[in-house]
Amino acid sequence: MAKLYEYQGKEILKKHEIPIPKGAVISTADEAVAAAEKIGWPVVVKIQTWSTGRKAAGGVRFAATADELRKHCGDLLGMKIGNFAVEKLLIEQKLAIAREFFAGFIINDTAQKPMFLFSSRGGSGIEEIAKEYPDAVVTAEVDIFEGMKPYRTLELIKKTGLDPKTASALAPILVKMYEAMRKSDARSFECNPLVMTADEKVYAADCHVVVDDYAVFRHPEFGIEIAREFDRPPTELERIAYMVEKNDYRGTFFFFQMAEAADTKEAVIGFHGAGGGGSMMSMNAVSENGCKIANFCDTSGNPPASKVYRAAKVILSQPGIKGYFSSGSGVASQEQFHSARGFVKAFLEEGLDVPASIRLGGNSEEIAMQIIADFLGGLPVQVKGFGKNDSPDSVMKHLLEGMKKNGNKGHTVKPFVLPDTKKCDYSFQTMTGSIHVERAACAACTTKACIGSCSPKILKEENGAPALAIDPKEAKKGKCIECLACELACMAKGMKALKIVLPIEGLASYREKLTKGK
Amino acid sequence: MAIIITKQNRVIIQGITGREGQARAQLMMEYGTQVIAGVTPGRAGEEVHGLMVYDTVSELVAAKGPVDTSVIFVPAHLVKDAAIEALENGVKLIVIVPDRVPVHDVLEISAHAKKHNANFVGPNTLGVLSVDEGILGMIGGKASSAKSWFKRGNVGVTSRSGGITSSISYYLSQAGIGLSTICHVGGDAVIGMPHNKVVELFQNDPQTDLIVMFGEIGTSQEETVAEMMKAGKITKPVVAYIGGKGAKKGTRFSHAGAIVEGNKGSWEGKVTALREAGAHVVENFQEIPAKVKEVLAQKK
Repeated sequence: MAKLYEYQGKEILKKHEIPIPKGAVISTADEAVAAAEKIGWPVVVKIQTWSTGRKAAGGVRFAATADELRKHCGDLLGMKIGNFAVEKLLIEQKLAIAREFFAGFIINDTAQKPMFLFSSRGGSGIEEIAKEYPDAVVTAEVDIFEGMKPYRTLELIKKTGLDPKTASALAPILVKMYEAMRKSDARSFECNPLVMTADEKVYAADCHVVVDDYAVFRHPEFGIEIAREFDRPPTELERIAYMVEKNDYRGTFFFFQMAEAADTKEAVIGFHGAGGGGSMMSMNAVSENGCKIANFCDTSGNPPASKVYRAAKVILSQPGIKGYFSSGSGVASQEQFHSARGFVKAFLEEGLDVPASIRLGGNSEEIAMQIIADFLGGLPVQVKGFGKNDSPDSVMKHLLEGMKKNGNKGHTVKPFVLPDTKKCDYSFQTMTGSIHVERAACAACTTKACIGSCSPKILKEENGAPALAIDPKEAKKGKCIECLACELACMAKGMKALKIVLPIEGLASYREKLTKGK
Repeated sequence: MAIIITKQNRVIIQGITGREGQARAQLMMEYGTQVIAGVTPGRAGEEVHGLMVYDTVSELVAAKGPVDTSVIFVPAHLVKDAAIEALENGVKLIVIVPDRVPVHDVLEISAHAKKHNANFVGPNTLGVLSVDEGILGMIGGKASSAKSWFKRGNVGVTSRSGGITSSISYYLSQAGIGLSTICHVGGDAVIGMPHNKVVELFQNDPQTDLIVMFGEIGTSQEETVAEMMKAGKITKPVVAYIGGKGAKKGTRFSHAGAIVEGNKGSWEGKVTALREAGAHVVENFQEIPAKVKEVLAQKK
């Protein structure tokens, strides 16, 4: 789930006219001092991080002078919180706080409604406070059609024993906070503390917002790079994979790396699942057989072959993996030959040097397994496709045999090279790539198998070579489904006249760094 | 009799002209589902597998008569409007197949559904299949596969994973155990018919004698089922598997979540709650068919 920093949450609050302390976000000591001069001394300094318990970690400090502030900046910038280094600090005016409250809205999956939470006692340790003083806490489901009505909000928070003056000062702010939660597509939106100052003004002193991953597209203003929860900064390879995912809406592609696999002597597996539930069970089969997983990857929801191909190329950008294990639910609704073709193109281009066991159970699994056997049977390492009656455990055991036969050698990452199209004199664009034909080479071909293999039937014969039978714009829009069948059909006839180019942004330079040795 | 989908449902497909809409229209019809027609704005007058396409649901209803069920295949950001359109035109059950529907949109769909006394399955669902009755969504992919993979009988399946819905059902059929209805409740946190609602329907379905539930970590659906069993609302035997035993806990960010949900959502919490309620929880997925046979034999 995509999290916002405190300062981003406060920008939303400001937009909804909820008072926040004067402040500025900075990333150097000089900026901090300049900001404090503007705000007025003393100031509070707060690390910007995606976790709770910041105060206990020493991430909230006060400064009355420039020297003090510089010292805090020195301590806090670059400080490690979990796996993240602190890059930004929020400098704010120090409020004369008289009272602290907790206020939040969260989506309740059982009620299928936003839920309002308020506590007349707030501040750090709110979870313990809520347990200790249940009477201070009030919760209520919010009706989507009604929203938070001011009078109802007042009624609710008065149940916590607030005096009329305080309650009526807070209620309008909570109404606005609900609007902010809805407008920012937040799964949770919290202010802890919401404070009242000595001069009886209300401010949101802190703000935690978790944005719905599926709605991030509506909010370019949040600048969320990867709409997903990470407990560490994403790796470069994860960023590359995310771009593939983002630029192709067909099916799912999800990739992340496991840190714990990096420094292990245990056999490390490149994992390629299909579907969440089946992937989880398949990963169990890996660990139960004494292996570690280098990465998690999921291509599902009927992805095109091109997406499975790119996923395989990303997985094979991890040096040292000793085997490639692909396994999903086992009984897939999608046509499994698409995935099979994706694997074939990737494995052949890479000159696969570690064994692969591919569990392809589901629709047309016989064809899928045959494709794997026909094209990859000749590789020097063991590669085999499996069907729905093969369990993840038995397929994993087969992979272990292959790894043994391969002397438990690890995978060497090769430079990323796109197919050579210099001799090709005909081409057209697809949704995420392009198809190229060396027409002179087609003259010798009697079958024109590429045309026959095309499942959307968009190729025709023109002067003895394949050509688009439809408007090229239509092909690019998605009429060409990037099933890769034409390229494989050409290859099956011993030809290499038709080539499909599917770029992966950033992968060439990533691999170059790897192969040159960091 | 099965649940959710039978031969009696009058079904429409919203987004019928798209890649998935076209393919699944064929699947549903060939399996025997009563598909009336389809909707895609701007494409009225076209035909998909012999089904007429209309611009709006109200035009479809005017031409073809009332309908009660809709399967939605439109892009995620258009789902909310399509669902509300269906509800306002008399549809009582919606199956929302697309993935990545914004959760605040789902909250609105849910509120509208309640107002119209209607239900929805999903979002992010493979759909629902009642053996020899009909399919809503894309379970099986092809009618020939769906017919050969899933055999009719007395076990109901409800699952949080699409792929697992098919695979459990296939392995049960292979073991000689027949199925009434199999339902993928959807992969998201907020869904129209979580396990507890589906289990309740199975409880009231004369064809179903036993319920198989594939749960996962997160949300409180499985805990709710356990509570219903304890309260005596579910008396049919439940065989359950909970995925995600080895998953790491994420970094905590929300206090409100912790205050509201407490320990709900964890693997241990779900397994314990279900066992205490008398469910048969297996820890190895492959054990499910044997466990179902054993429990059915005890019942006789």
